[in-house]
Amino acid sequence: MPAAILARLVLLEARRSALPWLGAAGIAAALVLAAFLSGVALTEGRELRLAVVAALLRACAVFLVAAQVAASVQREIDDRGLEQMLSLPLPRAVHYLGRLGGFAACGALLALAFAAPLALWAAPGPLALWTASLALECMLVAATALFFSMGLAQIVGAISATLALYLLGRSIAAIQAIAGGPLGEESLAGRLAGTLIDALAFVLPRLDLVTRSDWLLYGVPAARDAALALAGLAGYALLVTAAGLFDFYRRSP
Amino acid sequence: MTDAARPLAAVPRWLRGLLVAALAAQLALHQAAPPAGASARDLPPAPQPALLRLASLGEPPALARLLMLYLQAFDLGGGNVLPYRRLDYRRLADWLRAILALDPKSQYPLFSAARVYAEVPDRQRMRQMLELIHDEYLADPNRRWPWLAHAAILAKHRLGDLPLALRYAAAIERHTTDPGAPLWAKHMQIFILEDMGELEAERIMIGSLIESGRIREPAELGLLKRRLEELERRR
Repeated sequence: MPAAILARLVLLEARRSALPWLGAAGIAAALVLAAFLSGVALTEGRELRLAVVAALLRACAVFLVAAQVAASVQREIDDRGLEQMLSLPLPRAVHYLGRLGGFAACGALLALAFAAPLALWAAPGPLALWTASLALECMLVAATALFFSMGLAQIVGAISATLALYLLGRSIAAIQAIAGGPLGEESLAGRLAGTLIDALAFVLPRLDLVTRSDWLLYGVPAARDAALALAGLAGYALLVTAAGLFDFYRRSP
Repeated sequence: MTDAARPLAAVPRWLRGLLVAALAAQLALHQAAPPAGASARDLPPAPQPALLRLASLGEPPALARLLMLYLQAFDLGGGNVLPYRRLDYRRLADWLRAILALDPKSQYPLFSAARVYAEVPDRQRMRQMLELIHDEYLADPNRRWPWLAHAAILAKHRLGDLPLALRYAAAIERHTTDPGAPLWAKHMQIFILEDMGELEAERIMIGSLIESGRIREPAELGLLKRRLEELERRR
């Protein structure tokens, strides 16, 4: 199956790159931070370690996936490997989805590895949900990074755009709350800005609802809430993949 | 660095000198810089909870705990004979409120208020912290009653302010419905009334508690009945 072969090639490239070492360095840094925090906390030492280490590993996983996808695609474009691949008698969807499958698998493996140190302090149920959520989040970031890398063909631009979208996704709810708060400006410009922010929120993923450290500290949310949050991630990943495929089909070889 | 790297001699002498000089300058500048560590005067005004939520990027529990570490570094140690003596407690209270708003389930802010900041040998500052604990207790009585119970003990034993201790104990009795809350906490006001010499008020309170039917535990009921009998004997 050609898509599976492409996915395997992506995974092989990731294994031979610095990604495993960077992942291990991220885990080591998190454990050192945990040891430091346990020494300075007056109370809630377990909660402090868990919340901060989970937040750090989450950010680390997302950055590594975005950088890996952007660097891999850029190298393929620079080496004319992509053009060579496109000359093969395969539909473009197979090229695109095969690569995306490989990057998504990379993200899922990274999520599994990053969940391992949290098992020291977290209960199994919440940790399983957090890990599944991080794996989905990494898949979404891989899809977004692939979309921007193919479209922009610039490594810095692709990483910046991916991370900007990601950070907006994580903070848009707080931005909306500030804009809609009692201190919000009542002028026309203020109302216009509020409407603009609300409109922007419609086309962004609600990343503040997923991979939450609250789950690790205070237990899993209601099944319906968790399912809705994860479905939102999967839905947005589908949207970005469809947009990426649309762009890829229109691309000149 | 790969095996194909050129020998060290390939680097011009001026460049090697520049590297060493830059490193020495960095070390010297670091030595000359003021020592790290925050003094009391450095505590800035607390940010709005909404801004903190924005800055947390969807990780409010992590930011709340990191902010507690940041806050506890102010005016602690360093040549300060009395910790927190120079700290602006109004700002401190604002910070604790903002952190609690960020993660309402965290016990860290109220633990620090009760066990650290309220233990200063300054009655005014102590009262500020106790009031903060009382106000925040009302927002989530079943999770925060231990801190108000501690506040009542501080008010009674450190401040010697029995009416204040009674107000806190009464709040615990009135608002805490957690079945896990121990007897001593729920009936603290009985003992405070006794200390105040208000035996009649204590008798009426215990009687109404028993009559209300809210006490279901046989052991708790027995304890209150024995206490009532003792009060009746002393009348």
